[in-house]
Amino acid sequence: MTSPSQLRRVLLGACLTVLAACGGSGHSADTLVFGRGSDSIGLDPALETDGESFKVCDNLYETLVTYAPGSTQIVPQLAREWSVDPTGLEWTFHLRTDVQFHDGTPFNAEAMLFSLGRQFFPDHPFHKLAAGSYQYWKDMGMDDIIADMSALNDSTFVVRLAAPNAPFLSNLGMNFCAAVSPTAVQTHGADFFKNPVGTGPFRFVEWLKDERIVLAKNDSYWGPGPHIERLIFRSIQDPSVRFLELRAGALHGMDNLSPEFLDELRTNEQINLLTQPGMNVGYLAMNNEKPPYDDRRVRMALNHAINKQSLVDNFYGGLAEAAKNPIPPMMWSYNDDIEPYAYDPERARALLAEAGFANGFDTELWAMPAPRPYMPQPEKIAQAIQADLAQVGIRARIVSLEWATYLDKVFNGHHDLCLLGWTGDNGDPDNFLYVLLDKMAAVKPAQNVAFYKSDELHDILVAARTQTDPAIRTQLYREAQRIIHRDAPWVPLVHATQTAAFRRQVEGFQLHPTGSKWFSATRIAASN
Amino acid sequence: MAVFLMIHLVPGDPAQAMLGERANAETLTALRHEMGLDQPLYKQFGIFVVDLLQGDLGRSFRTHEKVTTEIFRRFPATVELTFAAMLFAMVGGLGLGLLAAVRRGSTVDYFSMAVATAGISMPVFWLALVLILLLAVYFPIFPISGRLSSYTYLESRTGLYLLDALLAGDLRAFGDVLRHLALPAVTLGTIPLAVIARMTRSSLLEVLGEDYIRTAWAKGLPRRLVLLRHAVRNAFIPTLTVIALEFGYLLGGAIITETIFAWPGIGRWLFLAVQARDFRAVQGGVLLLASLFILINLLADMLYAWLDPRIRYDRR
Repeated sequence: MTSPSQLRRVLLGACLTVLAACGGSGHSADTLVFGRGSDSIGLDPALETDGESFKVCDNLYETLVTYAPGSTQIVPQLAREWSVDPTGLEWTFHLRTDVQFHDGTPFNAEAMLFSLGRQFFPDHPFHKLAAGSYQYWKDMGMDDIIADMSALNDSTFVVRLAAPNAPFLSNLGMNFCAAVSPTAVQTHGADFFKNPVGTGPFRFVEWLKDERIVLAKNDSYWGPGPHIERLIFRSIQDPSVRFLELRAGALHGMDNLSPEFLDELRTNEQINLLTQPGMNVGYLAMNNEKPPYDDRRVRMALNHAINKQSLVDNFYGGLAEAAKNPIPPMMWSYNDDIEPYAYDPERARALLAEAGFANGFDTELWAMPAPRPYMPQPEKIAQAIQADLAQVGIRARIVSLEWATYLDKVFNGHHDLCLLGWTGDNGDPDNFLYVLLDKMAAVKPAQNVAFYKSDELHDILVAARTQTDPAIRTQLYREAQRIIHRDAPWVPLVHATQTAAFRRQVEGFQLHPTGSKWFSATRIAASN
Repeated sequence: MAVFLMIHLVPGDPAQAMLGERANAETLTALRHEMGLDQPLYKQFGIFVVDLLQGDLGRSFRTHEKVTTEIFRRFPATVELTFAAMLFAMVGGLGLGLLAAVRRGSTVDYFSMAVATAGISMPVFWLALVLILLLAVYFPIFPISGRLSSYTYLESRTGLYLLDALLAGDLRAFGDVLRHLALPAVTLGTIPLAVIARMTRSSLLEVLGEDYIRTAWAKGLPRRLVLLRHAVRNAFIPTLTVIALEFGYLLGGAIITETIFAWPGIGRWLFLAVQARDFRAVQGGVLLLASLFILINLLADMLYAWLDPRIRYDRR
């Protein structure tokens, strides 16, 4: 018979054996583990709108055209080449013929027509989905841009536009325009978002919600194949814990670093810090419809009153750049000749006096309640701006509302001053300037929350979006930035830098301006 | 109805919250229509009730997924963590409480109650980070976060990974899951442990002063018998109430513990749903958790009757 003390010893022994059996997390050189702040929402590229979903989709799917490494210049991907007829309306794409989806379905013009057609044709059998709607397609105005599309033959795909539209090509490089396997969509229907099948360098293996997504190398990939066998995305919400996991070696890489870890990262020899100017802008919009912000001198005064460099140093850990234009410096057509409004409270006071506000005035400064990628600490930034404005006699009261209510009221022009920002989608200046500052975008509920309406600017922006010659477009956008700088509807504040950190043995990973995370060129060197 | 009204009356348009900076007039109208928000409230409520009666909680707008699927996928993680935490809390809490009561006024008593007071007053996030730093970073005995190592593959049948590992006969995976469970369970179990310890001590002290205990001592019954058979069993009823309540609370998910340990439970999911004004997910989640809470308390009531024959739920 077993006595209680013997039983206790056996149980204790069993526990210790089990604990010992599992040892540490064994590393393997062919698996890369990447940590991020939250899980993907879904993996249907046309259905998703969040960055965490796109991070995974980037590796599963491909588009007709894509962005060159390190820039937003358009280069071929699933389309070998393309041409546009002289009217600028008919775009013909010649497709690769050596591509197949992860499930063996051949990639051809019919598959492309299916992928885009399900979003475009209202009578397409997969146009209406129980799982959601094709939000990005709508957001980018694709229904208005495109008139029709067809598959001419297996390798020729044709899109007819309603009017000439240059940013259209950049839109095609975005996730929502990726090729999806028609077979898989037909098989899984509304559940395709969790059974993704594309043509990308990695195929889908497993998704444990809120834990991890596992991808494996696509052995029949048409391009230079990935160097790793498995790619795991882990969701670790707390940034400190994520960083500890990286330091301990349980993660190979992570993104969205908190500024407090930067000092350690710079001195830790095991970890490389990567930075890349972000395709974003954080700004202070002045409601041009409301006095005194209908007076350009007042708007210029605010531009002189705010110390942008101090915001960068104090709230971004130096990982941002003070803005002088609405578009970020890495974007083509950025006008670097523009002389920024210098931080000069004296000049600000003089301009205010000239406008009849020698004693300043009272105003409301609206601040976002939640951190955004372009503005991690909006309420503290609002307080800093409030202090800057007080220096020149402007008494600002900070208003903060719940996020959805905030947007609703700001889009409808309830504010005097408001903080907001934008993260670019397709790398085209149109996606910043037209969306945020054109007079057509100032119709309530408006995305042009400065309610800045300039016919001069409108004519230029419309000309730039209908031109297909990049040189002419560049000139037009440079001129647009000059006009915006002159009229000063905003105080452009900062362009936040995107960050990532990788263990030293990880090689070949590059951050991209669009925020895409491509892992096909990444490899893990032998452990050091 | 309360659940429905609460989520519909809080400020903030769900469509606006979902679209963020990208919202414009057209997309807002389209999304509101799709979500049924353009219907009058009474109609929305009617649809909600009819669907509910059919066991359909709808699809979450945030995650495209059926709310029931979402809940059942995350619930096992919460259940596993809750059971582990409560096991720790009950063993530790009853043990400390018992020791403190039996050795009243001794160093053991003071020590136990000091531990209990510290347990109640420590902020959870602080305790979690201290445990991680101490037992996962400086002395890497346990993993920092997650339910499973990146390199461990486990076919999930029940969602309860300990059980799944046993079903698969994979002892290595079982150990891996157990190691991952340790720190979050201790973090989550510390407050209940403290509450249980204090409650056990006070109710046991009260019982120990009763006449029948004095009689038992006078009869010359052995110490072990007096304590365990006569005293503890009777003192256990208030403790059981506390345990049931704590169980109920923990099953609702623990946002802070789940966030810090990257634990894919129901608490954080519900928190994100509220933030996104994902009203279908919130309605479903709250409804389920409330029902569960009631169920656990009902079970506790039934246990009282078993523990104390004087308690009877008669039909009159």
